Amino acid sequence: MSDRPRPRIAVVTFPGSNDDLDAALALDRLGADATLVWHAEPELPDLAAVVLPGGFSYGDYLRCGAIARFAPVMKAVRRFAAEGGLVLGICNGFQVLCEAGLLPGVLRPNASLSFICRDVAVCVEHADTPFTSRAEPGQSLTIPVKHGEGCYFADAELLRELDANGQILLRYEENPNGSVAAIAGVANETANVFGLMPHPEHAVDPLLGSTDGALILGSLVDAARERMLTAA
Amino acid sequence: MKATILVRPKPGILDPQGEAVQSSLRQLGFQVDEARVGRVIDLELDDADETAARAELERACEQLLANPLIESYEIALQS
Repeated sequence: MSDRPRPRIAVVTFPGSNDDLDAALALDRLGADATLVWHAEPELPDLAAVVLPGGFSYGDYLRCGAIARFAPVMKAVRRFAAEGGLVLGICNGFQVLCEAGLLPGVLRPNASLSFICRDVAVCVEHADTPFTSRAEPGQSLTIPVKHGEGCYFADAELLRELDANGQILLRYEENPNGSVAAIAGVANETANVFGLMPHPEHAVDPLLGSTDGALILGSLVDAARERMLTAA
Repeated sequence: MKATILVRPKPGILDPQGEAVQSSLRQLGFQVDEARVGRVIDLELDDADETAARAELERACEQLLANPLIESYEIALQS
């Protein structure tokens, strides 16, 4: 394990991000070389993947993720994604990717209006992607959520499209927040950008109750390593 | 020129904030059947031409002030 090359994965820190260090720690433990990138950076370093972490970027003003999408680094993230680069958004990162138009749909206040902070079970719908390859289709993963605005919305037409294209990668087994079609995680059409509300970085150590998050982040590390080796 | 932009959740979109406001009003004894909560944004503009200002504000709404997937907006101008 340890002699395998460590792909460099950037974790972007916005003002108000608070899971950036957890994400970096988890990625390091799973065999990546995680590097923190400040939101004001106009360029990304040479890397194999980007993670937008959880938190409350820019105080969630206006709508969550709406302001972060204008951060200088987001131009570079957009270019990286357009070139096929791997981008993962967790919780607030998912909201930012939706507001930036890199992922379809939008996240709204939970139907219950309550902030939810607990483990949830999610079902892996498709395992043939860079973000789910270590899991099996239909596998149930236990990963914590902690959000006030995780209610995914897409209109009926978009929903049909997402379903037909296999873009819905994770669904809640019991819908905690009112998301349409119980969607917990959705990818773009080319499956190189993925966002999810649950926090895989908080589920990589048995001490924290579950290691299922390692299946998501580990898949990303595998895919990033493969890309790094192909590029070399 | 002054502009007031009214952003609303589109009809049919679940508005939990509105529901919470409605139930609070009912607890106070107000007979309210439905409440929807939106947002007001007041802007001051340099633009003197109303048509140009309106076109500019529509772009601002589409790009930032509203999320067209879930919100509608109205623009009122006052010179």
